[in-house]
Amino acid sequence: MSWDLVVNVVIAGVLTGLVYGLMALGLSVIFGVVRVVNFAHGEMMTIAMYATVMLFAALKLDPFLAVLPVAAAFFAFGYALQAGLINPFITRPEHSQFMLLLAVAIVMVNALLTVFGPDARNVQVDYQLESFELGPILFDRARVYAAGAAVLATAALFAFFRFSLTGKAIRACADNYLGARVAGLDVKRLYALTFGIGSICVAVAGGAMVLLVDVTPALGPYYTLLAFVIVIVGGLGSMPGALLGGILIGVSEALAGLFIAPSAKSMFSFGLLILVLLLRPQGLLGKRP
Amino acid sequence: MSALLQVEGLDLYYGDAQALVQVSLEVPEGEIVAIVGANGAGKSTLIRAIAGIERPRAGRIRFAGRDLAGLDSHEVCNLGIAQVAEGRQVFPSLTVEENLELGAMLPRARAGARRAMQDAYALFPTLAERRRQLAGTMSGGEQQMLAIGRSLMAQPELIMFDEPSLGLAPLVAKEVLHAIHVLNARGLTILLVEQNVAVSLRISQHAYVLENGRIVMSGSGEQLLRDDRVRQAYLGL
Repeated sequence: MSWDLVVNVVIAGVLTGLVYGLMALGLSVIFGVVRVVNFAHGEMMTIAMYATVMLFAALKLDPFLAVLPVAAAFFAFGYALQAGLINPFITRPEHSQFMLLLAVAIVMVNALLTVFGPDARNVQVDYQLESFELGPILFDRARVYAAGAAVLATAALFAFFRFSLTGKAIRACADNYLGARVAGLDVKRLYALTFGIGSICVAVAGGAMVLLVDVTPALGPYYTLLAFVIVIVGGLGSMPGALLGGILIGVSEALAGLFIAPSAKSMFSFGLLILVLLLRPQGLLGKRP
Repeated sequence: MSALLQVEGLDLYYGDAQALVQVSLEVPEGEIVAIVGANGAGKSTLIRAIAGIERPRAGRIRFAGRDLAGLDSHEVCNLGIAQVAEGRQVFPSLTVEENLELGAMLPRARAGARRAMQDAYALFPTLAERRRQLAGTMSGGEQQMLAIGRSLMAQPELIMFDEPSLGLAPLVAKEVLHAIHVLNARGLTILLVEQNVAVSLRISQHAYVLENGRIVMSGSGEQLLRDDRVRQAYLGL
């Protein structure tokens, strides 16, 4: 087996991993602030993928343009979901939050099955078969664009939390809930904004992912699990951790596909999960509790 | 003229346990009113009820003539009631300046935020020196100054202080109490809960004694300082 091939596969894994990372970032941000685990995360991602596919089929809209209306719609949906459905559950026990979001997830998958059926769908754009060449190394164009979109969205998210007053207020809610109420922050509205922002991450990741894989409703539960693995590997509540976890999972999946069989990729990512839980339970970049 | 803050017949429960029983009190504009009582008497609960953080089961809270029933904590803040909570409750992983900025996110405070920040820095020059420092890395006294500064950012009419000197070195505690005095002299109305009963009775115009969730006594600070029961129970004399 040639080194070129390994390098190519690793690069493809890193690029896919950046998209995974953005998806997991949404989960991490929602959990870090609202302290609710979004068990419908992968299902939302799958809906975003279908929305992108539909916009492409109906209007021939490129996925990177379709991502704008889809992200806007997802922000509104996430905001409404938190404000209308999840906020009343904030003070309830964790198992009832879990049941609520699991129910949301199951409704979503079945709605997708009803509307689209179980068959795979995809988009076909001309640049999907092209690649950039750098000596012996090939960069899949679609994958580079997808990773680029993920990096752009991630950078925007970091800047938002670092520099905007609303972003700081959201961090303050995560930092000290009682303090946020004492200081007069509108915590429920900030929670709804946070869920909306997490949903934007999912929408952009979904729009990018459509270029890399075919979408079926069954992807929903799979991505939910994958997002958990990534966030736990990277460190719960750590934003850079979610990105690092995404890249590691992307690379391990790609290498598993190369050295063993594509169907063995889950074995590798869950093996990595077990290793991290054993050796560094707080995750690679997580803070010790 | 009616008081700035009026509490009437407040009942509050935690589950089945009653934490406040028919609590009534008045805080006239421009005064310092103290609430004294033992640990667990319900002082913090009362402050949280006024702030809209805990929901009373019965009773009325009026501020500047307005009924606060059903208002969320941020809406109460926006009417001009700020709070310096027990345990300071700053945002540890945000900088001093970010902590202050967030105190002025209320609609009532946004326009005057820059001015309010200058005032807070003038009152506590330490905060200005440490504006880029993370709040969590500061000492208890500095965090208390930050908590007071953050409450001032809301440009309130009334500030409720919950145990502002608890856990602070004597000299720092003195500085904090002095700041309360200065703020009152500038026209701010103060509701003070303080474990140091002697000091809080001395600096307040009016005080209430809270026992097991009930107001059992009230009067001017001087009257209560001379009262035998207060002297025995709270001053150890």
